[in-house]
Amino acid sequence: METFNQTPSQTVGPFFAYSLTAKQYGYNYNSIITDSLVNDSIEGERIFITGKIFDGENKVIPDAIIELVQYFESENQDVTSKIARVGTGTSEDGSFIFTTVKPKPIKGQAPFISVVIMMRGSLHHLHTRIYFADETEKNKEDLLLNSIPEDRRNSLIANRLQKNNQIFYEFNIRMQGENETIFFKI
Amino acid sequence: MESTQAPFLYPEYKSTIFRSPTQPLMIVKDHLKDLTLPVFGESHIQKFDNDLTKNAQINGEPIGERIKVFGKLMDENGRGIPNALIEIWQANSAGRYIHKAEIHDAPLDPNFLGAGRLLTDNQGLYQFYTIKPGAYPWGNHFNAWRPNHIHFSIMGHQIEHRLITQMYFPGDPLFEYDPIYQSVPQHARHLMVSKFSIDKTDPEFALAYEFNIVLNGKLKSNFE
Repeated sequence: METFNQTPSQTVGPFFAYSLTAKQYGYNYNSIITDSLVNDSIEGERIFITGKIFDGENKVIPDAIIELVQYFESENQDVTSKIARVGTGTSEDGSFIFTTVKPKPIKGQAPFISVVIMMRGSLHHLHTRIYFADETEKNKEDLLLNSIPEDRRNSLIANRLQKNNQIFYEFNIRMQGENETIFFKI
Repeated sequence: MESTQAPFLYPEYKSTIFRSPTQPLMIVKDHLKDLTLPVFGESHIQKFDNDLTKNAQINGEPIGERIKVFGKLMDENGRGIPNALIEIWQANSAGRYIHKAEIHDAPLDPNFLGAGRLLTDNQGLYQFYTIKPGAYPWGNHFNAWRPNHIHFSIMGHQIEHRLITQMYFPGDPLFEYDPIYQSVPQHARHLMVSKFSIDKTDPEFALAYEFNIVLNGKLKSNFE
């Protein structure tokens, strides 16, 4: 079978907001992907995923865009996915915040959320994953986490924080440096 | 087959220096297989989402050269990827983005936003109308200008079917000076350049440019 050459990736650039995250940034265009992974039909306690993206000079990146994909398993084991998207340019401190419910384990894996990161200065979108610090036992048995060198595994684990009776999981992304986030080849 | 992709670090594009990973990407493919992306439907698309000449009109038509962009979204075997979400954004005909942080001294067009979206059809084909974007200056180096381009964000149904890219126009004199374009290996740069099509040009209405897009990997059979 003939193989076609893959189209090259290019940077998302700095000016994506009026298309990809129009509602969040206050542009006069609708958004079909929002900052929430859940709708009213999904039960469970709401949690917030929050964090910042740091560059190689440890500066917060204020013009990146993050997508989360979460998987939901039905009673008959059908898996569906939902996507949410946030830019880091509308909060004062460059943080992002998503609303969801804590994911349940799917197919024997520890609970996780898939992450895609795009920004000016990155010629490719980057894939990583959020795992949850309070899932110690399941994390220990997770095949993907175990395939990662132990000293870098922590870059994928979000810490649980409680503020004003709300549950936050903090997930910071480091593009470079000592605690550089692990990115996956897809 | 030789890679068609840019490196992560391309120092001539200065922002990559502190924003690109320094460690090799981890190969975890076996653990990621079968991961899907959500399906979007016609209910997510508004009437003029695929016509940027109409979706932001306030008191008239946007200024500039009206064009039609069309093509096929496919996997590496050339099979069309149906029902994929394509989101687009671009500068106006004067080379000005509507983005609030953009300060280039060129006029905004009250009748042009520069954003749109569409779904590919059951053959993986797509088409939209827009205004040909202008070139604009940026701060990468002295006298730096971006070639005319339209940004594409593409989301198929599998985790590997995600692509962010830019579509260029044939024969742009700025190609040789643009480090974002040049970051891609020379043999693959033509894959980002649309082709003018007289056959698909709408007589007395709009020139047509063809831009076919090939995603990473193969389409799984349940999406055929």
